[in-house]
Amino acid sequence: MVPANWEERIRDPKIECMSRDEMADLQGKKLVNVVERVYNNVDFYHKKMKELGVEPGDIKRMEDIVKLPFTTKEDLRDNYPFGLLAIPKSEVARVQGTSGTTGKLTLASYSDYDVEVWGECVARCLTMAGLTKDDIIHVCYGYGLFTGGLGADFGARALGAMAIPMSAGNTKRQMMCMEDFGATAIACTPSYALHLAEAMQESGVIDKIKIKAGICGAEPWTEEMRHKIEEIMHINCFDIYGLCEITGPGVAQDCIHHAGLHVNHDHFYPEVLSPGTGDAVAEGELGELVFTTLSKEAMPLLRYRTKDLTSITYETCECGRTTPRISKFKGRTDDMKVIRGVNVFPTQVEEALLGMGGAVAPHYLMIVDRENNMDRLTVMVEVDEELFSDEIRKLDALKNRVGAVLKQALGIAVNVKLVEPKTIERSEGKAKRVIDKRDLV
Amino acid sequence: MGITIQQLSVFLENRAGSMDEVLAVLASNGVNIVALSLADTAEYGMLRMIVSDPVKGRAVLKENGMSANLTDVVALRVPHETGSLSKAMHQIVEGEVNIEYMYAFANGEDASAVLKTDDPARVVDILRGSGFDVWEASEAYVSNINM
Repeated sequence: MVPANWEERIRDPKIECMSRDEMADLQGKKLVNVVERVYNNVDFYHKKMKELGVEPGDIKRMEDIVKLPFTTKEDLRDNYPFGLLAIPKSEVARVQGTSGTTGKLTLASYSDYDVEVWGECVARCLTMAGLTKDDIIHVCYGYGLFTGGLGADFGARALGAMAIPMSAGNTKRQMMCMEDFGATAIACTPSYALHLAEAMQESGVIDKIKIKAGICGAEPWTEEMRHKIEEIMHINCFDIYGLCEITGPGVAQDCIHHAGLHVNHDHFYPEVLSPGTGDAVAEGELGELVFTTLSKEAMPLLRYRTKDLTSITYETCECGRTTPRISKFKGRTDDMKVIRGVNVFPTQVEEALLGMGGAVAPHYLMIVDRENNMDRLTVMVEVDEELFSDEIRKLDALKNRVGAVLKQALGIAVNVKLVEPKTIERSEGKAKRVIDKRDLV
Repeated sequence: MGITIQQLSVFLENRAGSMDEVLAVLASNGVNIVALSLADTAEYGMLRMIVSDPVKGRAVLKENGMSANLTDVVALRVPHETGSLSKAMHQIVEGEVNIEYMYAFANGEDASAVLKTDDPARVVDILRGSGFDVWEASEAYVSNINM
């Protein structure tokens, strides 16, 4: 339900409400440009296009995108850290990173212009959430390589609003600053928003807080969770989406009608494809979300496979925007989990455990659940004969060591639970390595 | 005969029935439990036992998918006399040997204390040198059976 006093604001009506034909023209021109740039400047794409027998001249309009090669996270890893640059390294303004499937980060580079576009996209999202330059945005996404904190910050700057760069953690201090500085919006993960909401409720400060909107993203969440946060804090919450490889938050966000996330498709062209065949699925059908960056200078990506499963609609939204909308994610084509906003792959856990030189058995199980609305990752490790000691001191030391190694590898705290041998299920084919109890889809 | 005896140690998860499973496996394989100690932490337990046949005990537990190993421990004979355990302990401390853990069981006329130390041979020397005796394996594993 749209609140009675809601006033829809659109930052860039020309783009966000552009007719489909006009947009396709604009996108087509940008595609031609980006293909030329990567073909001439990025060995990886040059080679890939040659292999497919495609030349820049074959790409004339948006529909020609199907002739282009895909890019995967593995390609990013193989070309880590700067192998996919389409500009000289000296022109790179910043980098941001996220977890890779194994030990190395997935790194993305940005030119000055890329950062500007990023900020502009987030500013569109903030406007979609009803915010203006008069707002004070309390950012408790982490600042650093993670795109959350800085993305929200760049957006606030583009909007002309005030940003409070709190970063994550220390809930009491967060509440104090929110009250003292008069924050009117909060940007954080949905699980942290709920955690904060309940903490505020408990300490009775809800009425003293002026927050009216929550810009929540970086992890999957449900409608129920949104309703809960909205009810406790008396705010409107919005689901902002992005991924570091493409730009960070600001790729898409839902509006007050919560009927899918509006993609900023003048910069990030979405396709929804059948994971098996790679062909486009029909509008409204489930498939893998694939992005082509149309504006990126530093590290443009062609048809990047996000592995997120979604559906897309091109119908004009009630809010007036014509931008396509993607549904909340219905899962992934791989076994990546987003835990407290951090991407975690079972392969990272496996690699870390194997890296302990036989100190632990390679059998493990990851359990993701929530405690006090905060994601919690437990890794169960079997205590086999080699590891087993009759001294509790030694077992506890092993447990702590495994915990430290995993924290280092994943970047989040992990509970380690020692279990009896053979209690972790061995399956015939691919072993089940992750159990997610959070009910996110 | 060896001066140390073998303790059967088993890792237990903190869940209903895990102890019962271990005991059932030992019982159905005719392994008698002479002494037992259960240490617990917040997350798991450690079952330590002196049994009639530790090697067989370990084998049957292993066959049933449990983590068990054998640990060399010293079984000190403690006369039923006030202060005797204190005296033995004092000697061990004087000898600068560290005790990891300890538990006791009754054993006919005498009591018995199972000691896990970082240097079992030295503990036996210390104890024997100060008038104490230790159970040998052949005695310890059958204790309390034919009394």
